[in-house]
Amino acid sequence: MSQRHLVEDLLDGDHRALARVITNIEDRRPGYRDLVAELHQHTGEADVIGVTGSPGSGKSTLVDKLAATYRDRGLTVGVIAIDPSSPFTGGAVLGDRIRMASNIGDMDVFFRSMSARGTLGGISTATADAVKALDAFGKDRILVETVGAGQNEIDIVKTADTVTVLVPPGSGDDVQMLKAGILEIGDVFVVNKADLPGSDRTVQELREMLHHGGGDVPDTVGHHGASDAVEAFDSTGDERAGDEDWDPVIVETVANEGEGVDELVEVFADHADHLDSTGGRAANARTRYAAEIRRLLREDVNDLVAAELARQGGLDSFVGRVLDRETNPYAVADELVDPIAECVERRREN
Amino acid sequence: MSVEQEQRTLRCLVAKVGLDGHDRGAHVISRALRDAGFEVIYSGLHRAPEEIVQATVQEDVDVLGISILSGAHDTLIPQILEGLQEYGALEDTLVVLGGIIPDEDRAPLKSEGVAEIFGPGASMNEMIEFIRENAPER
Repeated sequence: MSQRHLVEDLLDGDHRALARVITNIEDRRPGYRDLVAELHQHTGEADVIGVTGSPGSGKSTLVDKLAATYRDRGLTVGVIAIDPSSPFTGGAVLGDRIRMASNIGDMDVFFRSMSARGTLGGISTATADAVKALDAFGKDRILVETVGAGQNEIDIVKTADTVTVLVPPGSGDDVQMLKAGILEIGDVFVVNKADLPGSDRTVQELREMLHHGGGDVPDTVGHHGASDAVEAFDSTGDERAGDEDWDPVIVETVANEGEGVDELVEVFADHADHLDSTGGRAANARTRYAAEIRRLLREDVNDLVAAELARQGGLDSFVGRVLDRETNPYAVADELVDPIAECVERRREN
Repeated sequence: MSVEQEQRTLRCLVAKVGLDGHDRGAHVISRALRDAGFEVIYSGLHRAPEEIVQATVQEDVDVLGISILSGAHDTLIPQILEGLQEYGALEDTLVVLGGIIPDEDRAPLKSEGVAEIFGPGASMNEMIEFIRENAPER
């Protein structure tokens, strides 16, 4: 169809084409895979910065100011802001755009709101692909913003070269939350709203936790979840190999006043230099692509089995037989997978 | 609701334009659309026409709903429509208006590209139904 033109137009700098490509990616329309496949060779130029933190910590405001700062320096910016969606209706109110007040009418800041459309892992794929679209379009800096509240979000920020975690001051509870997993993914910690009382203490606590955490955090923390189930898809090493010798930096900002934002941009630049000089960027890219391939394999194999399942009368009929003690879950799994395995084997022999 | 689950998620921008601080209606509508399964992007108050154009183009929304109660629709709405035209976004975006639009102003706005105008008393269901039926094919 017109997908060929879509890629050409996007590479030519047509905003509408970029927007439509991202829509196709989000909706997983027929042919979106070809689109992303074609874009891939044009990617790899942008610096991707992930911004996460609890609701109300000031992510959107900070992202707005970061975008404005990069624009002042003559760089183009892409933003992807992810908000949760209702598990019941699938509906969502995406409000991150409200804070984008510093870039009025500036088309060189391309801001896109996305909702986590319910499918587990789906949003990580969609985000990674949308980042590719922005990268291929020629954006110099891409900011990915998401509420930090679970594994899904952590997967999302892993698409970034530099991961930023926002911590509002006086939030003992939030710092507790950080322990639960986000602490070890941050390259930069931002204590935003640093004009509020308690910010010094938050900085101090954070510093202590980071220094404590450094040695104690087991290497395996990064990989868990579905990938463990499938040994063949297992990761090849440390999830974020490039960050081994990077000491996380704590920056204080007052995002709505723009205070500390220049300093933060410098820290991002330092981290980018660090990644380049240590080979961390390439290492991160390797683990990222490995994760992406694993994810796609899981999805595709899943689809394959789902189709086979539907052809054989759907899951319910099998469940009925298991309930009646005619068969058991293991036998059902074998029954479904064996024909596929046979096909693969036959291919291998030929 | 469950019947609609399978259809693609419609994206809608609810926008407030110009010097108009009345956003209760826009909030209520955002909420209703959300509950109907739409993805709603809310612009926030006091947006300039060019901001709304920027948001519509970048977000690639199916529907642009503009709420305006200030009486400046004759000036502001055409600016938005022209902007959308400029980026090639007018033909496949459904533009609807809500708020206080006098009867005599409706025909000209509709001829310029506004699909429907919902005034006081319009029901949510009517509006949601209209959007579902008229959302552009893509």
